Amino acid sequence: MNRSALRLGLWLLLTPLLLWLVLLILLPHIDMLMISLRQRTGPGEYAFSLNNYLAFFEEPLYWRTFARTAIMSLLATVLTLLIAFPVSYYIAKLLRGRAKSLLFLMCLIPFWVSELVRTYGWMILLRESGLVSGFLQWTGLADGPVEMLYNDAAVMVGLVYTAMLFMVVPLITTLDSLDDAQIEAGYDLGGNGWNVLWEVVVPHAMPGIVSGCIVVFMLTLGNYLTPVLIGGKDSLWFTEQIYTQFITRFNWEQGSAFGILLLFLSSFMVWAGLKLSRQSFTRVMS
Amino acid sequence: MIPSIPQSSLFRNTYRAYVLLFFLFLAAPLVVVAVFAFNDSLFPSLPWGGWTLDWFFNDSEPKLGIFYDSELLESIGISLFVALFVTAFSLALATSNAFLFERQAFAGKNLLYVLMLTPLVIPGVILGVSILIFGSSVANGVENQTGYDIELLRPGLPLVITGQFAFITTICTLILAARLRKFDGSLEEAAMNLGATRMQAIRTVTIPYLRPALIGAGVVSFLMSFENFNTTLMLVGSDAPLTIAMFDRLREGSTPVLNAVSLLLMIASATLALLSIAVQRREA
Repeated sequence: MNRSALRLGLWLLLTPLLLWLVLLILLPHIDMLMISLRQRTGPGEYAFSLNNYLAFFEEPLYWRTFARTAIMSLLATVLTLLIAFPVSYYIAKLLRGRAKSLLFLMCLIPFWVSELVRTYGWMILLRESGLVSGFLQWTGLADGPVEMLYNDAAVMVGLVYTAMLFMVVPLITTLDSLDDAQIEAGYDLGGNGWNVLWEVVVPHAMPGIVSGCIVVFMLTLGNYLTPVLIGGKDSLWFTEQIYTQFITRFNWEQGSAFGILLLFLSSFMVWAGLKLSRQSFTRVMS
Repeated sequence: MIPSIPQSSLFRNTYRAYVLLFFLFLAAPLVVVAVFAFNDSLFPSLPWGGWTLDWFFNDSEPKLGIFYDSELLESIGISLFVALFVTAFSLALATSNAFLFERQAFAGKNLLYVLMLTPLVIPGVILGVSILIFGSSVANGVENQTGYDIELLRPGLPLVITGQFAFITTICTLILAARLRKFDGSLEEAAMNLGATRMQAIRTVTIPYLRPALIGAGVVSFLMSFENFNTTLMLVGSDAPLTIAMFDRLREGSTPVLNAVSLLLMIASATLALLSIAVQRREA
């Protein structure tokens, strides 16, 4: 095959990729950035302005919601990791053969169902006339109906539940590749369970932990359904603000500024996570 | 903490109980949704009103079953339509991408690979909003210049398909590239030694080898599209796909007909998932 045919082949494969990335990812985000940096001065007239960003810092509701969303997302990520790690370890290291693949599959099943259905399930469980409340009354732990929906704890349960898969799968994958002999060696060298966990298991699982945390944090930050459906009046989420600006108020300039801020926060967290753990983006993501 | 290292039975049992509790936590909301699809009451909550199939088969208000609820049925049709297009487009582009990244060497490959992964770390709401803005910018520009309004770029199904395609393609690319990486290149060379052209070799040897991954990626993208909410929410016009229609109902406070839809969804996704696993097992 000659050189020009090779080049042609390369361009045939490269063009669709570039069209996709430029038209659907790069340009839309650049456009969003441009719109966030302008202000309407008259019908169809716009001027450069930082007002949309100033409004974010001046209006306590906006930046408080932003900070709240970030902190709750971090907390949800940590909780998901803590809950998922022992389970992943159990499946990857303590089970063999059929039981192992079965339990792994069982971890995945809930996530073949729409997020909406899962959130709906939690609503049925936690609402005043729901199952948990009914159970508490039946056991006599509560005298009357208990409302467990519409508060931050309920939101947290929903967020952790929704994100679980994205933590469990990378954890099981990396833990599975850890050779039992290394753990045994850790014990042979005089370590106890705790030493082995911290000095053998966790360092080996680091790529899985990082990729799990990044994906979970990002999904939680960008979640819309759970805070809207399960959260109370005060459980505002930043994505709700974005939705309100775009769809309800039709203030695209302000909405774009919010979008850029959220994107900035999520990119920063991804970057910080990779730096702290010294992992590379391509390795963690694929 | 591996089977060959002895642990106290207290530790082992606590650990086992924890794992059991975890699976209860995973199963609880789904079981509850499924069971309440059969509750003979207007609300998906206690008290239990007895078993009924009305939420599937009853044909009149107030207990309108899913098979007679034209609004929800129509939204299922819309979701299927969107999912089919998204799957077809994503698979086509992902196949091309997989060949590009696995078979070609060119300047800037690493940069493009990172760029290709970015849709995974862009929150769905933002991706949706940015495509909404860009679509409108282009449409407005064209309208100002030529006076022609491009319906396609205004909120509606074409934009929903575009938005979902934008990130599902990345996932399909990863699945297909992983499979292509394991392909033994000498098989293709053998085909070419036997007189096949390069295209023929790819069509008759490489693509059949990719088949399990193509089916797997197809199922994943179909389900992801069908279940997508965040990106869709921002781009949807007057035709609401199922997740959006269910969301609207849920906010109004709905009857257990939503449980019935959810149960059907669970059965359908589980079937698809098992089917794809079976295919992978057989062909891998």
